[in-house]
Amino acid sequence: MAGVIRRRARRQRVLRWTVLTGLGLFFLLPMLGMLEFTTRGAGGTLSLDTWRLLVDWRRLGDTYPDLWDGIVASFGLVGLTVLLTLVLLVPTVIWVRLRLPALHRVVEFVCLLPLTIPAIVLVVGLAPVYAWVTYFLGGSPLTLTFAYTVLVLPYAYRALDAGLSAIDVRTLSEAARGLGAGWGTVMWRVVLPNIRSAVLSAAFLTVALVLGEFTVASLLSRVNLQVAINLLGKSSATMSVAVSLAALLLAFALLFLLSLVGRGRHRTPTKELS
Amino acid sequence: MSSLTHPADPVADAPGIRPRPGRTPMLRRGRSLLGVVPFFAFIAVFLAIPTLVVVVGAVTSDDGGFTLDNLMALADSYIVNAFLRSILLSAGTALIGAVLGGLLSYALVTAREGGLLRRTVSAACGVLAQFGGVTLAFAFIATLGLSGFVTEFLRDRLGIDIYSSGVWLFDLPGLALVYTYFQVPLMVIVFLPALDGIRPQWREASDSLGGSTWQYWRMVGGPLLTPAFLGAALLLFANAFSAYATAAALVSQGSPIAPLQIRSALTSEVVLGQQNIGKAMALGMVLVVAVVMGLYTLLQRRAARWLG
Repeated sequence: MAGVIRRRARRQRVLRWTVLTGLGLFFLLPMLGMLEFTTRGAGGTLSLDTWRLLVDWRRLGDTYPDLWDGIVASFGLVGLTVLLTLVLLVPTVIWVRLRLPALHRVVEFVCLLPLTIPAIVLVVGLAPVYAWVTYFLGGSPLTLTFAYTVLVLPYAYRALDAGLSAIDVRTLSEAARGLGAGWGTVMWRVVLPNIRSAVLSAAFLTVALVLGEFTVASLLSRVNLQVAINLLGKSSATMSVAVSLAALLLAFALLFLLSLVGRGRHRTPTKELS
Repeated sequence: MSSLTHPADPVADAPGIRPRPGRTPMLRRGRSLLGVVPFFAFIAVFLAIPTLVVVVGAVTSDDGGFTLDNLMALADSYIVNAFLRSILLSAGTALIGAVLGGLLSYALVTAREGGLLRRTVSAACGVLAQFGGVTLAFAFIATLGLSGFVTEFLRDRLGIDIYSSGVWLFDLPGLALVYTYFQVPLMVIVFLPALDGIRPQWREASDSLGGSTWQYWRMVGGPLLTPAFLGAALLLFANAFSAYATAAALVSQGSPIAPLQIRSALTSEVVLGQQNIGKAMALGMVLVVAVVMGLYTLLQRRAARWLG
């Protein structure tokens, strides 16, 4: 038996590395392509000018004002959308679990609905709504946060729902209520700390999605990072590719961090309970 | 919002005491409902109204009356062709993505859980699947564009001109290639949990009954994973079908696929009598995705029976 298992493990290792190498090449090639493209100097030399400009914030803002506006808008949108999503969703899902279990299915359906509505379709419907948004709040790119909250709803909901399913919300809240806690305390000081990693993962997913969003911003004529990159591609291809690569790496770093956070939580539950 | 029902709410359930029957449960329910008002108000404005705008707009004529002309116009050959190309592109890349992504998931699932390899690949998949769009289009232009890295390498060193029969990168074949690039990672994200649900005990049971590897996959693993695999493939289809940014950044001429047709209906000068044609196309897209996602939910439920 042991021999069979060892042989199987070896076979799986061979398959694993074959598949990983083959697909790894396919996936790394465009990244390499971007790196090579942005470091290509005149006459086949290596040049780091583009990257030097990219890390020099002040000069970047002067040289490419549109790109700078896009970057600022996207980071503002990330903050606002994370905030709005969490403020809207976290209390609601906890509340529904505790007090309105009958609504659980409804909330789930509503939250997953944006998966069946492509962003391009949502834009068609959002155009008149945004005419009002512009009327009340102005035409700032930051107003896109409402549309983005809708777009991240399915992902954020799934993360939060998984987090809540992993703990016994009812027992926790009944215990807290038994000790005289109000609903506010139950949510803020009892349930929320227990689903911290789920909240974090919802936040990280939101960050990745907002940084990469193009469809809604472009069709509602608001400039965010991706719209700026796309515009820049027409005039300065090298810079737009460099920003694309930087944004990709940033998102990768964020998601890698997320996987570390998720792991850290699993190791410590006994410590937290004692 | 939670403080609305406390402490002024004397009938909120105290620990261990079920609410007494007959003590205005309607009132309690009503107060509890207040807690979800902000969420549903937001949904109403930014999800329900846009959906209604599309649905109602699709059957509204330019002067505001009811009409089926917009929906009839969906039968126009240029729209039908755009939808057909969209469906073909989505189905093709979903199939390739599902097979390659399935393989990659299997390769990952045999690695140690929580190990560096799995974490790195998962994070990379998360980025590539979600990030998509313009960035990927530029990545491929830098790699396979006319002055791209691979193009120049092949042309200068090996004498192969990949564009001898036309620049295909900015057309459907190019779209298929770039779509595959985000379909494979999405497959990994969706399919990996299903593979994780396969218990080693099942393999051991098959082994101890004398089953071979082939028999295990054909009679145990295969049937267990088929619903999850098909479900994931459907999700990939919906994902490619809904994608817009990649195509918008990559395709330079014309509007070969449905999302680009919607864009041109939205942005170009409206032809008289066709003001709402974009909404009709949008409705058509929603219907396709809704059917696919409905099937996905069914398959997911079936998969969860064993792998949940």
